[in-house]
Amino acid sequence: MDYFIQIVTDLLPGLDGLPVWLVIPSIMFMFGALIFTGISIYSLIILWFERKIAAHMQDRLGPMEVGGWHGWLQTVADAVKLLLKEDIIPAVADRKLFKLAPYIVFLAAFSVFAVLPFSDKIVGSELNIGIFYILAVSSIGVVGILMAGWASNNKWALFGSMRSVAQLVSYEIPIGLSILVVVMSVGSLSMRDIVMAQDGGIFNWMIWQNAPFNFIAFLILFIAGTAETNRVPFDIPEAESELVAGFHVEYSGMRFSIFFLAEYANMLAVGIIASTLFLGGWQGITGASSAPGIGLIWMLLKGFLIVLVMIWFRWTLPRLRVDQLMYVCWKVLVPISFINMVGAGIWIGLSS
Amino acid sequence: MESFVFYIFAFMVVAGGWVVIYSNNLIYSAFSLLFTFVGLAGLYGLLMADFIAATQILIYAGGVLILLLFGIMLTARKTSIEITQSNLPRLPGAIISSLIFLLLMVVIFSEPNWNSATNPGVKETVPVIGKLLMTKYLIPFELASILLLAALIGSVFIARREDS
Repeated sequence: MDYFIQIVTDLLPGLDGLPVWLVIPSIMFMFGALIFTGISIYSLIILWFERKIAAHMQDRLGPMEVGGWHGWLQTVADAVKLLLKEDIIPAVADRKLFKLAPYIVFLAAFSVFAVLPFSDKIVGSELNIGIFYILAVSSIGVVGILMAGWASNNKWALFGSMRSVAQLVSYEIPIGLSILVVVMSVGSLSMRDIVMAQDGGIFNWMIWQNAPFNFIAFLILFIAGTAETNRVPFDIPEAESELVAGFHVEYSGMRFSIFFLAEYANMLAVGIIASTLFLGGWQGITGASSAPGIGLIWMLLKGFLIVLVMIWFRWTLPRLRVDQLMYVCWKVLVPISFINMVGAGIWIGLSS
Repeated sequence: MESFVFYIFAFMVVAGGWVVIYSNNLIYSAFSLLFTFVGLAGLYGLLMADFIAATQILIYAGGVLILLLFGIMLTARKTSIEITQSNLPRLPGAIISSLIFLLLMVVIFSEPNWNSATNPGVKETVPVIGKLLMTKYLIPFELASILLLAALIGSVFIARREDS
């Protein structure tokens, strides 16, 4: 944030004359707008990628017409169509909660980006409790999902939101336990300290530390993160063959696209969190580079790689049933992550 | 600027609490608790208690509130009933709340060690809290966890009794 404030004040020297209480919030607003624009552009690109990858995995071509080269403008056209669509609120829906719900889901998804370190300097806020803050604010989204499902006054929406909330609350536990393994080996909750502890090339990355334990923690975080974003094979809340579309079935136009944007933002957030915790964050394969912008490129590359693996999951694995979903969390992932955490603790205790 | 942010959060807390008490719709009461919890977390954040603020959101907004909402939505079809309370016991309420207010004031003003400009407090709260929980407050901490475990087992027992 300090770096961003410095850039803005260098670009606009007239800002010095204005009072601080006006300048700082407006610079914060600009940073937020930058993140929002970035997420929107990323969503358009990754959506096109997803459709192309899906098509090629199924031996199709996917979008080929709009924009000329391999239909690259297709998702832009879709976004414009979504924005122009009529915003329908069902007659018997609870209007206040129905209107409020997308914003709460959106707020939770975007609050996470405030502490994600995109590079050495591009970071919203360097909180001491960075990773714990992420766990906390992402749980607000659950309330928004429940609100959307209830306010729609639709049984599929309610079932979808109930399933979604049960899933999100359950899978938070293995995520927390696997994050704890990293926190134990670094000794700090700050995202900056965690990245700094992985200094010096690919073999110092957190994923290779503490023998097998950190690698297992990475796998658990990745599986549970896929579940947290409601992606296949954990997309039972939106299972279109049984629930139409889950908690956002009654939403259309702009409000639907807010949910959609939040989902894709969550995917990127999971990618960036996983690569910050385990894959060296903004540092390259040979270590941190001093050139400006290199850190950002590495960070986005790693984040995109994880998002691409999630897309690959979607066309590889069949969807789990509701009972299997809970079985995987409570009887497989939670015990493994507890044992893993104890093992990592013993390993750290013995090696220090 | 800090006092401005304080008033925003304080307004969130008070307005949320007001809706919780005076709304006729049970679901509105439950959802407006979210604003109270988030506002309280913001106040903790302003007091430099970052760990408490995040814990507040994680436990209350992410845990307690979800359980409340599940309880309301799953147990009975009470969500559409208008709830009214006609016999508001104003006098006992006033006495109890003023006594609690007095108690809080006494506690606040008898504590000399508040953080201020001359006494800035701790920079990193988490290591200090962790050490205190594992040393000075170990027994209360363990007792609380045993209490929670007992409540969990008790609730499972009550919920499962009709099967046998």
